[in-house]
Amino acid sequence: MMKRELVCIGCPLGCALQVEADGGKILSVSGNSCPKGDEYARQEVLAPKRTLTASVRTECGSKRCISVKTVPEIPKDKIFPVMEIIHTLSVRPPISIGDVIVHNITGTGSDLVATSAFPS
Amino acid sequence: MMDYDVIVIGGGVTGTAIAWYLARYDIKVLLLEKECELCEGASKANSGIAHSGYDPEPGTLKASLNVRGSRMLHSLASLLDLDYMQNGAMVLAFSDSDLKKLEKLKERGSANGVSYSEMLSKDEVLRRERNVSKDVKAALFFPTSAIICPFSLVYAFAENAAVNGVEVRTSAPVTGIEKRRDGFVIHSDDLSFASRSVVNAAGIYADRISAMVVPEYFSLTPRRGEYVLLDKTEGFVTSTLFRTPAELGKGVLVTPTVHGNILVGPDCIETGEKDNTATVSKGLAAVMESGRKSVPELNYRTIITSFSGVRAHPDGNDFIIDMPCPGFFNAAGIESPGLTASPAIGEMAGSMVAEYLKAKKKNNYIETRKKIVRASSLSPEKLNDLIATNPGYGRIVCRCESVSEGEIVEAVRRGAVTLDGVKRRVRAGMGRCQGGFCTPLLLDILSRELNVKKEMLGKKGPGSEVLV
Amino acid sequence: MRALVVIGAGASGMAAAISAHDSGVKDILIIERGPEMGGILTQCIHSGFGLHTFHEELTGPEYADRFQKEVLKRGIDVLLNTTVLEIDSHFIRYINSTGIYEEECQAIVLAMGSRERARGALNIPGERPAGIFSAGTAQHLMNLDGCRIGKKVVILGSGDIGLIMARRLTLEGSHVLAVVEIMPYSGGLKRNIVQCLEDFSIPLYLSHTITEIKGKKRVEGVAVSPVDENLQPLPDRSFDIPCDTLLLSVGLLPENELTKKAGAELSSTGGPVVDDSYETSLPGVFAAGNVLHIHDLVDYVSQEAEEAGRNAARYILSGECDEACIPVVPGHGVRYAVPQFISRTGKDALIKFRIAKPMRNAVISLISDGRIIKRMRKKVVSPGEMERVSVQKSLIDSELKLEVAENDET
Repeated sequence: MMKRELVCIGCPLGCALQVEADGGKILSVSGNSCPKGDEYARQEVLAPKRTLTASVRTECGSKRCISVKTVPEIPKDKIFPVMEIIHTLSVRPPISIGDVIVHNITGTGSDLVATSAFPS
Repeated sequence: MMDYDVIVIGGGVTGTAIAWYLARYDIKVLLLEKECELCEGASKANSGIAHSGYDPEPGTLKASLNVRGSRMLHSLASLLDLDYMQNGAMVLAFSDSDLKKLEKLKERGSANGVSYSEMLSKDEVLRRERNVSKDVKAALFFPTSAIICPFSLVYAFAENAAVNGVEVRTSAPVTGIEKRRDGFVIHSDDLSFASRSVVNAAGIYADRISAMVVPEYFSLTPRRGEYVLLDKTEGFVTSTLFRTPAELGKGVLVTPTVHGNILVGPDCIETGEKDNTATVSKGLAAVMESGRKSVPELNYRTIITSFSGVRAHPDGNDFIIDMPCPGFFNAAGIESPGLTASPAIGEMAGSMVAEYLKAKKKNNYIETRKKIVRASSLSPEKLNDLIATNPGYGRIVCRCESVSEGEIVEAVRRGAVTLDGVKRRVRAGMGRCQGGFCTPLLLDILSRELNVKKEMLGKKGPGSEVLV
Repeated sequence: MRALVVIGAGASGMAAAISAHDSGVKDILIIERGPEMGGILTQCIHSGFGLHTFHEELTGPEYADRFQKEVLKRGIDVLLNTTVLEIDSHFIRYINSTGIYEEECQAIVLAMGSRERARGALNIPGERPAGIFSAGTAQHLMNLDGCRIGKKVVILGSGDIGLIMARRLTLEGSHVLAVVEIMPYSGGLKRNIVQCLEDFSIPLYLSHTITEIKGKKRVEGVAVSPVDENLQPLPDRSFDIPCDTLLLSVGLLPENELTKKAGAELSSTGGPVVDDSYETSLPGVFAAGNVLHIHDLVDYVSQEAEEAGRNAARYILSGECDEACIPVVPGHGVRYAVPQFISRTGKDALIKFRIAKPMRNAVISLISDGRIIKRMRKKVVSPGEMERVSVQKSLIDSELKLEVAENDET
């Protein structure tokens, strides 16, 4: 059995969570003030995920970069592999917020999506 | 065959003043500066005061050139379009022994030819300067004392010299001087320049340059002075406030700058290192404490930067302006009041060189120079006219100092190649946010105007690149 | 004559203009010095914005875009790349590449935001080399311009921007060697400590500060020193960290040069003194967002600005001006409170404040003339977070005081 202490990142309260797990099974979560804490603790222990945000270079025009994010969150251990792909990218206008820049990036099942616009 | 009639070594206020003076003669002049911008040494880090001249020992070069320089600056202010303002200086007395010293200072001032000074009562001091400490007993007031932007003086000298034909080379450190029968060959890395005469105005390194020609002639002791610069507070102090002098230097002063900031400093520390311009916490603390003795209400929460400069203190305590061997001239040991004295040093050293070269005056000499237009100081009508011809003057880049893109582009046109060079010429990045907002924009403009990659741009030349 | 001029098209400016428009004032001009709307949000590419407003986690540019669309939908005039030079109660002077302009207006909303404290404010000794950035400058260079600012980085200050830049730099291949914080606690949100530092094993040195910057041309290192309980460095325990870049994330200051020049009264927050309609001491001049006091969440900036915009509209349409006579006083444990005055008009007043130090089981008391009129308990309070409390005006006599204390009983 494994015990882990976490700080909940669900809201500014930052509850101190205690998680007991056995292999791939969560036995108990305590210290949370709301159901979000329980959910976070389970995910964080079994398969931690993060939203990755970054800038992608543009090829031309008035804007040098557009901002992007992964939708949905990607596994934490895929952050650097995804960054490597992002570093190779360059985009052209027109781009609208929400446009998919890369589908299923590095096989994560998540898309890389524009969060700023670059009109032509 | 000689390349030049005279080469001036050093692009600080002394070197550029000499070049400015020599520019009126019909001779070929080259100015060499080791850094990639002018105004990099003590000229950029000092009190910015045009002293009236009460302080130096009577009979010294310091005394005579100070008083002469102070008068010259007064008329050059309009000719060369300097950032200059005659605000007067007070020497504050806080004790009976200070009072006695003030009497002596008054005498010394008149011995030096400072034609006017006035003893002010406590009430009068506090009437004129409401923020001076209530402990003040009296003050000696020198109305001819002025504040000056030291950068503006160096660039004015250099730009006027250049327009009159002086060649200016930056990034040109002098690595050796060869004495020849008919003159000198100056080596600067893999370049060399032949000249009939040489002027050594190399600031804190002048002893090393001198030693290349005349061994063991003099040495210079580096004395560091630290300052803190406060944000603009209108009317907080109007005159330059000195304390009654102690042994070393004129002590910590509190002064408005010509751009409306408050400057407090300097201290005086012998570091033994010519290039050590680091501030230290003890020094800054002492400067701040000392400043509060004169002006207790100084708000150090509004400090926007601190800096230090290195004085080139000569063994003999006086300026060294001479010709130790034919054709080789020194203008060395120029510590305070060197900024004030600079035009007089230019005149004196320049005349010596001209006499040696038997140079004749040009008849097409241009006496005036115009500074870069400050958009924010123009009337709306004039500014509209300017924007109509150049829209860049309507684009504010540095919000703290209201500096427009047009001014920055003009700074580059006049020789700025670094962020510091732009800052000293037009004040972009000089304000309260210290370049926080404008640095990215300045990098864009410099990169575009100089046609270099942003990664190549430095704060102050190679090795100080901003992006790594 | 314009009805309303809004200075700044960031989070607060856009929200103020939208709500003024919706309250019936159509003749609005927003003046923005940047090349696009959004203000600092455009460079805040990380997520975490808008949870309160939109109930989803947006990035800065996305949050800004939602407001920008609303501004455009209403046809509100916006001048970009334009700098305001001077204001007065009913007058504004601005400049752009087509000229300098003066305009009369009935009301103004100040929404200029904030700027970062620079090295000078800390007076860190040393040389003045390249490689010292405030965190926001670094963020601009990296996120908008695609630049790299350094390879080995030390960050001073653990506020949210510093933490977020620690992660951002790491993702871009820089090595963040340390985040140094003078206080015994971080000024940033817990989630940022976890996601930005712990995820990448970046060490956080609490109760430490930087006492010297080394390097003449480019930063070569910093001296880091622990501090005692009075925040004074302990030099004999100081150590060096070699690095080429120092990022300063040491706090934001309301940007109020225009406000100051216009003669408005300023408060200890660095922003103007306002009443609960967000009107400054200059009649018809309102202020909202970081120009007034530094917020922790952009959602609260937008809410505050909406309120200011609504009040500006009311002022324009009815000429109504409430007499704000009740002073709001920060008492024990409270660093500041906004607004500084409240009027008798309306039912409730919303007071925003920051506490002086972190506390557990805190009791927040609202006291009027020695009488406790409201009491709230909070499990955790921290100076990094802005507190908000609503108070019924009819309960207040001549003064409202706020106090925060730790409750030992629980």
